[in-house]
Amino acid sequence: MKFAILVFPGSGCDVDMHRAVHGVLGEEATLIWHTDAKRLVDYDAVFVPGGASYGDYLRPGALAKGSDAMRYLREFAQSGKPVVGVGNGFQILAEANLVPGALLQNKGLKFQTGTSKLIVENATSQFTSEYTKGEEITLPFAHQYGNYYVDEETLQEMEVNHQIIFTYQDEQDHGSVAKIAGVINKEGNVLGMMPLPERAVEEILGHVDGYRLFKSILKKVE
Amino acid sequence: MEPNTQQVKEEKLYRQMGMTDEEFEFAEKSLGRLPNYTETGLFSALWSEHCSYKSSKPILKKFPTSGERVLQGPGEGAGIVDIGDNQAAVFKMESHNSPSAIEPFIGAATGAGGVLRDVFSMGARPVALVNSLRFGDLTKARDRFLFKEAVAGIASYGNGIGIPTIAGEAQFDNCYSTRPLVNAMAVGLINHEDIQKGRAAGVGNTVMYAGATTGRDGIHGATMSSAELTVEEDEEFPVMQAGDPFLEKLVMDACLELAKSDALIGMQDMGAAGLSSASAEMASSAGYGVELNLDLVPQREEGMTAYEMMLSESQERMLFVIEKGREQEALDIFDKYGVEAVAIGHVTDDKMLRLVHKGEVVAEVPADALAEDAPVYYKESKEPDYFKEFQAMEMTEPKVSDYKETLKALLGRPSIASKKWIYEQFDTHARRNTVVAPGSSAGVIRVEGTNKGLAMTSDCNARYVYLDPETGGKIAVAEAARNLVSSGAEPIALTDCLNFGNPDKPEVFWQFEKSADGISAACLALDSPVISGNVSMSNEVNGQAVYPTPTIGMVGLVHDLSHTTTTEFKAAGDVIYMIGEADLAFGGSELQQLLDGKITGQAPTIDLEVEAVRQKALLAAIQERLVSSATDLSEGGFAVGLCEKVFASNGLGANVTIPGSAVTALFSETQSRFLVSVKEEHIEAFESTVKDAVKIGVVTDDEKISIKNKENVMLIEGTVEEFQTEWEGALQCLLNLED
Repeated sequence: MKFAILVFPGSGCDVDMHRAVHGVLGEEATLIWHTDAKRLVDYDAVFVPGGASYGDYLRPGALAKGSDAMRYLREFAQSGKPVVGVGNGFQILAEANLVPGALLQNKGLKFQTGTSKLIVENATSQFTSEYTKGEEITLPFAHQYGNYYVDEETLQEMEVNHQIIFTYQDEQDHGSVAKIAGVINKEGNVLGMMPLPERAVEEILGHVDGYRLFKSILKKVE
Repeated sequence: MEPNTQQVKEEKLYRQMGMTDEEFEFAEKSLGRLPNYTETGLFSALWSEHCSYKSSKPILKKFPTSGERVLQGPGEGAGIVDIGDNQAAVFKMESHNSPSAIEPFIGAATGAGGVLRDVFSMGARPVALVNSLRFGDLTKARDRFLFKEAVAGIASYGNGIGIPTIAGEAQFDNCYSTRPLVNAMAVGLINHEDIQKGRAAGVGNTVMYAGATTGRDGIHGATMSSAELTVEEDEEFPVMQAGDPFLEKLVMDACLELAKSDALIGMQDMGAAGLSSASAEMASSAGYGVELNLDLVPQREEGMTAYEMMLSESQERMLFVIEKGREQEALDIFDKYGVEAVAIGHVTDDKMLRLVHKGEVVAEVPADALAEDAPVYYKESKEPDYFKEFQAMEMTEPKVSDYKETLKALLGRPSIASKKWIYEQFDTHARRNTVVAPGSSAGVIRVEGTNKGLAMTSDCNARYVYLDPETGGKIAVAEAARNLVSSGAEPIALTDCLNFGNPDKPEVFWQFEKSADGISAACLALDSPVISGNVSMSNEVNGQAVYPTPTIGMVGLVHDLSHTTTTEFKAAGDVIYMIGEADLAFGGSELQQLLDGKITGQAPTIDLEVEAVRQKALLAAIQERLVSSATDLSEGGFAVGLCEKVFASNGLGANVTIPGSAVTALFSETQSRFLVSVKEEHIEAFESTVKDAVKIGVVTDDEKISIKNKENVMLIEGTVEEFQTEWEGALQCLLNLED
């Protein structure tokens, strides 16, 4: 399976994603610089990594949304192939309306690093089939804009469509509506999440619960 | 209008730039004529303490700087040590004290930015940040503001550029009130063949500029940082240079790509004294000259003079030399990252730094005169009266009526309390190699592609250094090494950030001299040379100096990541050992400060031979995988150390019996001690490896801490929660105080 990792200027966690997908899972993964985004079509899945694209200027993800690369990412998403945005990648997908909602500043107004206990709310999505529904998993997070917001009407719609994938089980929800940590689009092929699965794929680094997310994607495509 | 040459001399305008009359005469002599205004600016900046080390050089020379592993000692952007497999660790620590006292957010942020450039200018990829912070005790609103903002500033830069902060320390004492110390250390990795140096060599080669535009910010920052801070209302401060981690990330990635090209001759960042120091130092170190056309320098503002451009300290700027004819290769790399790069001059053979502006030569100074020939001062040194007085004091055991309440009070002291409030604002796991994050003795990162790790720490107990600079200097190095050994690493080299008061005061200079002697002695005893460093003098407010604070940043090699050891107890039933006995060591201790509100007497003593033997023995035991957890005993002594091992363990407790007088056994800060836990099955092997380890108790699963004496009298007993609440909440509690 061929994974593309879409890199915007400032997407510092591109290496994290590359090492997880290529180094640990042993899959083919290519860093695609944003000006080469028309090549995305040649890949089976796209990751939009974390970091601080365009220095988080204006608003995290806002400038990436307006970049030329976004046209190709949108086309890729519309083709039905899987797209995953983590951390800043989620912020970009939300800004671009590829997933519902928006990310506000954490309720403490500070950057926060740590690990969260999450509940897998939907284990039938193509990103979570290796988990079981209601399972508790632990994933790291590191963000200043991790406070998920969505209006009441959309929230109800998301619940009906099973678009809520992960929720925070502990108090570290950063103020998120309905304790939401990760969501998919209506079609189910675009996932955005603030916790960082690529940092939880090796025992030596402390956590391994992210591994099955990548395995789920592989299973779906193969 | 810029003053003319005569005015500079007659009106003594050089004094405003921080030059003395003698230095101006010296500059005139080395030039063979009167320097003009711009040239005077160049001399004053390059001859500032920050750039020239003119007061500290005679002392710094005494540091051991060589060793089998050393590939680059002090003098370049950062020092380099071999870590095997054709790889090397590159690191440096820098102060950003003055800017952080004025505008803490951007001051602290640019400190991190600057030291990162020092590392990637060597061609190394930065992989971790470490910081060392000293602030007032947070009871004053100004100190709370400075502290909160400085932490946020460091976070913004490190998180923004995507480099994890994996270790650090913070201590609080009112000697740093309104004059904080913000020291940042960056560590990078490099393959031997990629090592770059700041050299402008080869006549006709092209001098290029990349990164941010040059503005009027930070002009004379190097001079300012070498001066005392006076706090007066309505005083005008110079415009501070602001940082942009986003731009730095792009500049860094482009420079690291460029470093792989053989078209690159040399590279240096424009840090303190900006374009002046980068160009003069690169020319001088290569034995060539440089001619710059300042019209070509990318400028942020209109009408900038040569003086302003040369003295600007705008951030995120790099200077490099490219083989003539291959400029386009460099331009293409920078273009990919959207970073401005432009040729601004060339290398000459006349060893001059020549500046052309609007068609005229505006400055022409021998590069060596600026970079090498700064005057060297042999400052007067005098033993302060307080030292004699303290040495003569008879040390007695402090009187403590309630051990448990005293332990709680110590756990709530900001220097001892949990630093989670600080490090949870840092992205500690970016780049996905952090094996041990902040909160243990040292941070450990994996060396990508190997099974090795680098451990790193920063340490300095300035109270000890104040009471006895030589002993305190030894302890700073020994403690850093202890932290690395406790983590399973072999200490290999160190960088330092020497923060002192005004060196013109003989008592301050004596502190500097003596602590350097102590550092040198410990480096030799523990086989860890100094490979880079920084001096920050005149850390004073209204004439009052901070405690002498020679911060040590040390790096160790974890030969196999399975050796990695952390502070917390691992399992109930493990046996607890103490290495090293407590004696009467309360001078400068947290207990003394808590009870008396000040520090007096003698610093704890240290025997470097004993230290080295214990460190080697413990490291050997760890490498044989006999040790489940390890930590050194430092501020607060044994009881605090035991608590820390329990707090991080999640659900465990400890039941121990300690020998000797209770107050000393619980709270003394005797040096060269460790607390470790060992699995039952390893006891025999452990005891034969670490000969002076004494069994004192056992790890329990009852979430209680109980400490008895040999007569079976309970000294301290309580639930883990009672103690942990104090320790975890203390910083937040202080920061919540009403302003």
